[in-house]
Amino acid sequence: MGPKEAAEVLRKSFESEVREISEFNAGQVSVTVAKEKIREIMRFLHDAPELQFHFLSDICGADYMGKKEPRYEVVYNIFSMPNKAYLTIKAQVPEDDLAIDSVMDIWVGADWRERECYDMYGIKFSGHSDLRRLLMPDDWDGFPLRKDYPLQADLGDREWKGYIDVIETYKRNKVYEVHSR
Amino acid sequence: MIVEKELSTKYLTVSMGPQHPATHGVLRLVLELDGETVVKCTPDIGYLHRGMEKLGENKTYPVDMTLTSRLDYCSAVANEIGFCIAAEKLLGVEVPERAKFIRTMTSEMVRIASHIIWIAAHAIDIGAMTVFLYSMRDREMILDLFEMLCGARLLHIYPRIGGVRCDVDQKFLDQLWDFTEKFPKLIEEYETLIDQNRIWWQRTKNIGIVSAEDAIALGLTGPTLRGSGVPYDIRKVAPYDAYDKVEFDVPLGKNCDVYDRYRCRMEEFRQSNRIIRQCIEKLPGGLVLNPDAPGLDMMPGPLKKAAPAPAPAADGTAAPAPKVEAGPAFTEIYSATEVPKGELGYYMVSDGTGRPYRMRVRTPSFVHISALQRLCVGVLVADVIALIGTIDIVLGECDR
Repeated sequence: MGPKEAAEVLRKSFESEVREISEFNAGQVSVTVAKEKIREIMRFLHDAPELQFHFLSDICGADYMGKKEPRYEVVYNIFSMPNKAYLTIKAQVPEDDLAIDSVMDIWVGADWRERECYDMYGIKFSGHSDLRRLLMPDDWDGFPLRKDYPLQADLGDREWKGYIDVIETYKRNKVYEVHSR
Repeated sequence: MIVEKELSTKYLTVSMGPQHPATHGVLRLVLELDGETVVKCTPDIGYLHRGMEKLGENKTYPVDMTLTSRLDYCSAVANEIGFCIAAEKLLGVEVPERAKFIRTMTSEMVRIASHIIWIAAHAIDIGAMTVFLYSMRDREMILDLFEMLCGARLLHIYPRIGGVRCDVDQKFLDQLWDFTEKFPKLIEEYETLIDQNRIWWQRTKNIGIVSAEDAIALGLTGPTLRGSGVPYDIRKVAPYDAYDKVEFDVPLGKNCDVYDRYRCRMEEFRQSNRIIRQCIEKLPGGLVLNPDAPGLDMMPGPLKKAAPAPAPAADGTAAPAPKVEAGPAFTEIYSATEVPKGELGYYMVSDGTGRPYRMRVRTPSFVHISALQRLCVGVLVADVIALIGTIDIVLGECDR
């Protein structure tokens, strides 16, 4: 069973949830779904005997600011060993309700990938056991991978506290000069 | 009369790293210890976070490739090939057959180099110094070969979108063939040192057992997963480049412990050697770079040129205006390759310009380190070192 057929099986079971099935470049099949029943959808894909998507390759977010509505997507890439097929599931997350169910009870390994998605986009995963920042410092302001977050900016006074500490320590240590003989 | 006083015990919190030599980089583990047993392990990462995904979205495809070689600097060329394959699928670029074989050959060369670093670091962590010296001596041969091939030893930037940068010459192939003749003897040399060594057995056998179900749920890939007996190798299940044209076996473990994962990687040395020899024998002629592929001078603007305005009709009436497409059409791809440490996946979204709209890198080390907090519970502190070694991590890849 190829990814296209697997997507059709999913559409039959979750008719009101599946919004769109798109295929690109022979083999890349993406299914756009509503976020409300994401846990049931993933549980179905994992457990159904003819699908068996046991591997969770990746979870990541995507931001389509001003290009698509709703703005955010959470993308799940899963793999089925018996079918030898990859499938991409995209859950739509609107800007005014930045939350989605966690899939940690299906794959324990989703833990850090959901945390990273929260860290980078600010999407909350309800049901996650330990949702904290992962790569960025705990007191960081803003979500770096959003499209309205600049690549480079001069923040002046609003610079991150940790960085100001480093600069001040450097200035303080400069007081001690090295005496050459 | 003797009154027995109740002894009060409390957990000791130890911060291991980020400068600890056995954590393979800037990994910090906060260990809560009950005596010498780990009660809770909290990995702390992000010390090497360079914002590679954000950077990637702001640069063009050929420039992004140079970022990916800084992910796992022990196997740079494998990351670059993974990126090029994803970009080729996304942009619809064909690759010549000769380039595919050269790519397969170089990714296996770098697999040997990366596994050599792994055996060196893993052995020295557990206490076998000699293996480190022997294996680093042999890694030099691979690095010299890479220098002959493309001029760089560590960060190669050798593949290109649509092929590879330069062709291989006969002198290089001869020297690589010589290496493949010598290498099986060298693997035996490492094995004589540790394979039957009682201390090595005590430190690795029945340590860090991960059952196949747990390994799949945790998302482990590569030799770390295959040590638990799961035959998941992307080179076999979804072949790319020339992997469907060469013969090789996928070594699997049985006991799911540190020793079996060590055996898996030792067998992968032999299989890589076998693939390199087949690639040299079967190397076809022809071009190594698709002339139509986007070059380094790729522009960040829209890729497709606008259709030329139709000439006005003979009677002077203006031709109908060309249709304007509404909004950008997004195309996306998830492309996974088997790098020495596991599954390296690129999820890329294109909006039809020279820059990827979204570039997500799924790296094996990130997932493997996230598994550490569950694997380390209930083991001794000394076995934490063995566990870090056996999952084969590189922090540049984890933090991106």
